Amino acid sequence: MKEINMREMKVNQSGIVSAVKVSGELGRRIRDMGLLPGTEIKIQGRAPLYDPVALRLMGFTLTLRNSEADYIDVKVED
Amino acid sequence: MTATIALAGNPNSGKTTLFNALTGARQHVGNYPGVTVEKKQGSFVENGTRINIVDLPGTYSLTAYSLEEVVARDFLVKEKPAAVINIVDASNLERNLYLTLQFMELGVPLCVALNMVDVAESRGVKINIEKLGQMLDLPVLPTVARSGQGKKELIEAASHLIIGRKKPEPLLISYGEDIDNTLAEMVKRIEAGNFLTTTYPARWIALKYLENDQQILELGRETNAGLSQDLEKMAAWLADHFSKTLDTDPEAVIADHRYGYIKSILKQDVIKRNVRQDRLYLSDKIDRVVTNRFAGPLIMLAVIYGLYHFTFTYSEVPVGWVESLFGLLGGMAETHLPDGLFKSMIIAGVIDGVGGVLGFVPLIMFMFLGISLLEDSGYLARVAFMLDRVFRIFGLHGSSVMPFIVSGGIAGGCAVPGVMAARTLKSPKERLATLLTAPFMNCGAKLPVFALLVAAFFAEHEARIMLLITLTSWVGALLAAKLLRSTIIRGESTPFVMELPPYRFPTFRGLLIHTWERTWQYIKKAGTVILGISILLWAMMTFPGLPENQMAGFENQRQAILAASPATVVSEIESAGEETALSAEAEAVQDKLFAVDALESEDALRHSLAGRLGTSLEGISSLAGFDWRTNIALVGGFAAKEVVVSTLGTAYSLGEVDPEETGSLSERLAASPAWSPLTALSLIIFTIFYAPCFVAVVCIAREAGSWKWGVFSMVFNTTLAFGLAATVYQVGSMLNLMGG
Ligand SMILES: Nc1nc2c(ncn2[C@@H]2O[C@H](COP(=O)(O)OP(=O)(O)OP(=O)(O)O)[C@@H](O)[C@H]2O)c(=O)[nH]1
Repeated sequence: MKEINMREMKVNQSGIVSAVKVSGELGRRIRDMGLLPGTEIKIQGRAPLYDPVALRLMGFTLTLRNSEADYIDVKVED
Repeated sequence: MTATIALAGNPNSGKTTLFNALTGARQHVGNYPGVTVEKKQGSFVENGTRINIVDLPGTYSLTAYSLEEVVARDFLVKEKPAAVINIVDASNLERNLYLTLQFMELGVPLCVALNMVDVAESRGVKINIEKLGQMLDLPVLPTVARSGQGKKELIEAASHLIIGRKKPEPLLISYGEDIDNTLAEMVKRIEAGNFLTTTYPARWIALKYLENDQQILELGRETNAGLSQDLEKMAAWLADHFSKTLDTDPEAVIADHRYGYIKSILKQDVIKRNVRQDRLYLSDKIDRVVTNRFAGPLIMLAVIYGLYHFTFTYSEVPVGWVESLFGLLGGMAETHLPDGLFKSMIIAGVIDGVGGVLGFVPLIMFMFLGISLLEDSGYLARVAFMLDRVFRIFGLHGSSVMPFIVSGGIAGGCAVPGVMAARTLKSPKERLATLLTAPFMNCGAKLPVFALLVAAFFAEHEARIMLLITLTSWVGALLAAKLLRSTIIRGESTPFVMELPPYRFPTFRGLLIHTWERTWQYIKKAGTVILGISILLWAMMTFPGLPENQMAGFENQRQAILAASPATVVSEIESAGEETALSAEAEAVQDKLFAVDALESEDALRHSLAGRLGTSLEGISSLAGFDWRTNIALVGGFAAKEVVVSTLGTAYSLGEVDPEETGSLSERLAASPAWSPLTALSLIIFTIFYAPCFVAVVCIAREAGSWKWGVFSMVFNTTLAFGLAATVYQVGSMLNLMGG
């Protein structure tokens, strides 16, 4: 297991959120959608210009800009 | 007896569908007071009780960050509905319950509609409904909103809540020792001070202080500044403690515990999955293609073009009907009313005005039908996803593309439905910037103006110039958006954190209801204002009329022409109907008479308020190369852009010029010493950017929620347009380009 930034994840890679390092509105939105430490996620795809990113968690699909994904650390398999 | 039930839930949980199933067509759409969030209401009678249903905006949470969430929670605490139906998407239970918990913490009388049970089942998710109800201590009713299944039982459950009239105890979730201790301390102070407790539960207020909720903080400071300060200090202390010991903040810990609470419920055999949670559904497989790096943009272009084609091609027929109907009415007024001011007002003010209002209706209907189809099917969210990277550069949102396209991003659109299409945008700043810049696109009414000028001065390069005009408007609109977003609508972009809902087949009924609601709103709200302005513009171009002696002068000229003609010709002209073919001699006399009429119209126009305005502006407008004739035409263009052409015709004493047939006018302009290709270029630029027509202005004001923005768009656009046109004209003159 190693910890990487969500932006560095590849399509179809999965992992477990380890930290969300942002507060305020953005932090709130991210957490309200269930992106919390311990949540399993899988990168579903990226927009044609590589940004935003679409990920799967708890059975639904969420999109985030890369600049927003930057605040999220994920534990992935080596 | 009457009672109110509120419908609340996550976006895409099927709220609107359930609302339609409950109320049928008996619904009413308005806005919440003072904000642009839509409020849908409907009613039905159940066991002798009239039940009002209010559809709250769809939200994921109840923070103070978005208008939707504030509106939803204000409604719950201030209007105190007798029952709240929380619609929960069964195929997405965990995240949906997050909002349910917050309703429970607020202590509202709640029952849960477990919707989309059909979808959950097909995904291999089995929910033990009884158990879920026990764990939450709430009535939970399975529904399929699409087919209306379960709605009877749901209404019964809600009726029980209404009859029971028992206000439930707010749910107390444990947030861990640190937070719980602080909360207990705060609750003591809040209760002792009766601090906001008539409206909110004490622990909820304390939680909001920990969550740093701006709305509640402000309210608290107004109510009891001292106590509020103490509470803020306690919250600050806890935040500090968390950041030092755990490198986190209370908000994060609170969210963590809420989800923990949900997980602990779901673990008790509430939910059973036959398949892995991350397996690919049909929807994901579609997305593999539809948002693919190469296929995605191509499909998107095709869909956008399809929407455009659908809106503007298929609406042509009904638009034609409306036009001929009003043409007919105009014709009737023409023959049956006595000549004079009243007739002129009825025809040019009222009939053309109402016709103008209703002429947009088919466009608006087709546009909303198309957009609703894309929205309900889930495709619009993919468009936003794919285009966000581009539009974000200019401070806009991926969803801004639809308003731009409909407004004329593909030349020939219309800003009125375009501005309305901005409703799909949920981010307030991005939405405002979109509203204000979409009218720069080349709507169908600007095209005759361009066509006239291009035919007169750039006939050899027609296709190239038209393409350039389209590019100029796109570049201009995007840069103007950037300018607005870095000045008066400055601010961080709204987080993109957004759900990509699964693809679904929209229901025909849903589409129709949606389309009709929006169209009716336009007719009712915008229609009256538009009619008023239309009459005002007519008055500006008519009053004051020519003085008696000048009118008499023109009459004398006409009499002189008739007197000089043989008596047979005169009687032929007098007895001829409109369609009668005249002899060559009579035709020649008739043309002379028309020439006098045209001169009189020119003088009358110049003499009118609009004419005086145009003349007095000549001093400034000459900077951009416009004389008084152009100025008046541009004033007229505020009614509708194609009026620029017909007014120019009057000003050049050609009589009314049909925007579709501008041959004589373009020859006239080409020959006029006052015009050069440079003047034409300057006018083209001005026409792209200057104030939207007033119908669009009315719609902008409505959509932005304030007249301020309607006025702003007129002033800002005209200033920008004039700046650009004058720059082009001055620089061009200096370089002596194009024979200018
Ligand atoms: N299969 C199935 N589809 C449903 C059900 N309820 C709603 N839908 C579909 O789900 C989609 C979204 O429903 P809406 O009613 O628009 O959802 P909403 O919660 O109002 O969403 P917003 O308008 O975004 O707030 C539509 O295509 C509906 O036809 C259901 O019980 N089963």
